Amino acid sequence: MNFKNLLPPKLPADHSPAIAIQFKKYGIFIAFLLICILLTIATPNFLTLQNIVMVLRQISINGILAIGVTFVIISGGIDLSLGSVVALSGVAAASFAHPGTYGLFVPLLVGLLIGVTIGTVNGLIITKGKVAAFIVTLGMMTIARGLALVVSDGRPVSNLSDSFNFIGGGEFLNIPIPILLFGAVILIASVILKYTKTGRYVYAVGGNENAAKASGINVNSIKLFTYIICSGLAGLAGIVLASRITTGQPNAGVAYELDAIAAVVIGGTSLSGGSGKIIGTVVGALIIGVINNGLDLLNITSYSQQIIKGLIIVGAVLLDRKN
Amino acid sequence: MNQPWLLKAENISKSFPGVKALDKVNLTIEGGKVHTIIGENGAGKSTLMKILMGILLPDEGEILYKGVKVKLMSVQEAIKTGISMIHQELLPFPELSIAENIFMGNEPTSRIPGWINKREMNKNAALLMNKLGAKVDVTRAMKELSIAEMQMVEIAKAISNQSEVIIMDEPTSALSNREIAILFSIIEELKQQGIAIIYISHKMDEIFKISDTITVMRDGKHITTCAINAIDQKKLISLIVGREINSIFDKKENTPGEVILSVTELTGEKFKDINFNLRRGEILGIAGLMGSGRTEIVNSIYGLEKIVKGDIFINGKKVKIRSPKDAIKNSIGLVSEDRKKYGLVLGSSVKHNISLSSLEKCKNGLFLNLKEENEIANAQINKLNIKTSSSDQLANYLSGGNQQKIVIAKVLLNDADIIIFDEPTRGIDIGAKSEIYKLMTQLATEGKALIVISSELPEILGLSDRILIIREGEIKAELSQAEATQELIMKHAMA
Ligand SMILES: Nc1ncnc2c1ncn2[C@@H]1O[C@H](COP(=O)(O)OP(=O)(O)OP(=O)(O)O)[C@@H](O)[C@H]1O
Ligand SMILES: [Mg+2]
Repeated sequence: MNFKNLLPPKLPADHSPAIAIQFKKYGIFIAFLLICILLTIATPNFLTLQNIVMVLRQISINGILAIGVTFVIISGGIDLSLGSVVALSGVAAASFAHPGTYGLFVPLLVGLLIGVTIGTVNGLIITKGKVAAFIVTLGMMTIARGLALVVSDGRPVSNLSDSFNFIGGGEFLNIPIPILLFGAVILIASVILKYTKTGRYVYAVGGNENAAKASGINVNSIKLFTYIICSGLAGLAGIVLASRITTGQPNAGVAYELDAIAAVVIGGTSLSGGSGKIIGTVVGALIIGVINNGLDLLNITSYSQQIIKGLIIVGAVLLDRKN
Repeated sequence: MNQPWLLKAENISKSFPGVKALDKVNLTIEGGKVHTIIGENGAGKSTLMKILMGILLPDEGEILYKGVKVKLMSVQEAIKTGISMIHQELLPFPELSIAENIFMGNEPTSRIPGWINKREMNKNAALLMNKLGAKVDVTRAMKELSIAEMQMVEIAKAISNQSEVIIMDEPTSALSNREIAILFSIIEELKQQGIAIIYISHKMDEIFKISDTITVMRDGKHITTCAINAIDQKKLISLIVGREINSIFDKKENTPGEVILSVTELTGEKFKDINFNLRRGEILGIAGLMGSGRTEIVNSIYGLEKIVKGDIFINGKKVKIRSPKDAIKNSIGLVSEDRKKYGLVLGSSVKHNISLSSLEKCKNGLFLNLKEENEIANAQINKLNIKTSSSDQLANYLSGGNQQKIVIAKVLLNDADIIIFDEPTRGIDIGAKSEIYKLMTQLATEGKALIVISSELPEILGLSDRILIIREGEIKAELSQAEATQELIMKHAMA
């Protein structure tokens, strides 16, 4: 028998797989950069300040929605009602935004409150009623769309005040307001997820609901919180959209939830919950936005655009997961 | 060629980011023998088994089966070669039936291609299960089975695959004594048929009972291999931990203080009329067979299960505990017996798991102080000697025993006055066990009140000041430390 090496040896440090980890961590950023480089080579108009600002403005609505649904997905849920909430909040806000009626504050409050209310209803039915999130929010998708049509009588709500239209069309320090709003949402959402107890609990609930509960976390209130954030941001997105197109459109926002969920998944958040980052979602939204923009610049017909967009989205995720 | 050995692993190395899990390990497995592999948590036992099972690829080294070099690239290939594994963390298909689980990937076909001959499958499954002495309806869903029954299914699966080497990674960690006895008789039978068993366990007594050969691993290295009768327990322990451990339990006489917890007529779905007091400085043991209701009792005190009737008093005040959150507020902590379900968020980092119940401690106003959190977590990692490449490592990638330590670290961090330990040392190596026992005795000395549930009678006897014995959901006896013996406990527990 060999008794010589009785003392535990020190573990050798092992650094070789570090590069692989780095790539895994930044894979989606690399994919984004690749797409940008390709587009810069393919079209001279891509890398111009004007175009970049346009892309950012275009993605801000999807970006805001995607950040909201990031919370829900990390906590292990899903929200399919976003697009309809965008329409409902837009129409409702617009109804209070005719010139010389309620000013700016009331329509904003109405739009946001509608989002928050729908989030609360979704969250309560999912947690207290124990109905699957997929079903609840699928139902809410139709209900909210119906409400938008009922409230507006199926007609666009136009003739809105200048101050209301400023939200979607205006600029501050040469930066379009939607981009500033998007930036603020990114900042606040990142801080909540990383630096608050609630944010940490969102991950725990999505990672293992039972363990979260056993650790003293009120699982239901965390889930409710994520649905409220998600729909609340959809309310905000609805206001921005209505303001940008200067109309409350009951048919707006169809399938927006899918683009938002795509951005989240491209950004590395797993649909099974428990992990994910806001910055990933932002890059995901950027990738979708840049693809749309690039295909426009390349004069590709909108029919073919859909095919190419789909391929690039799946390809980007594939590149990311390859490691 | 006719080798005396079935399976040989030569110079196997495997690294993960930040750890060298295996370093040039050799292993020779002979037919008809039980070869035990033992070593501290994180020594690399499960990793080596995963390599033999085709789940992980080695960085270097080779595997020979009956004298022929084999490359095991997948579980299917390992099974085809003749190797099966009963995992440390069982991985069955919960919604499928017992028969479907046994024949997964190996279904008896019928004349129509692609169709499964269900009748034959069920018949064969029933035959196999009967042979193993488990009389169960093989059309029952896997999720309804106890862990022991699931293990039987896994063994049946290994036999149906005609495996000649069966790996069992800590098979008894969730079994009752009676179930362990059944498992051992099955192992005996398998040995008779020339099948080799690779057996991993941290339980000394059973290792000496069941093994023929023993291999000790430490820090990813092969330390020694010898026949079981060539070594005694003391020498084995020193080989495992690399130092001598004199007494595992070091129980001091202490005088319990005032009553901190009392439950009266506590009744739940699986237990009734439970009455007891718990004093500061006291360690109260709860013994009983698995399924006797012990876990349900403590879970309901912790708010994880519903209380039908009865009251809980803390410091003489009646409290309502509806959720673990209420329990924590009332200064109760629980180390659950089911670490995968109630203990860990596997996809989160070690650090975040440890701090999960105590984020209040690392807060500056509204915001978390991540630096402080890191320090607090690292202090716990050092204190409990948790083996991890960093505090940011995902809990999922730690060895079983180190995962258990995370759960304990999390609960301890909460500074509860009443701490319930349900099978606290499940899967924990002998060195760490003695550390945890020391910690528990120290907590009691500091005036905390502890409840310990354990299926390992030496653990209950070594730690407790007083022992309650549960049978069929009722307290059947209370023994003081002085009068308690293994026999007496078993007598009351089985009756
Ligand atoms: N997938 C992985 N990624 C990173 N590290 C890993 C992975 N799997 C195992 N490790 C590390 O390799 C080492 C060996 O782990 P292993 O599971 O083989 O230990 P073990 O001997 O089975 O311990 P235990 O008795 O606790 O079950 C540990 O330090 C563990 O953290
Ligand atoms: Mg292991």
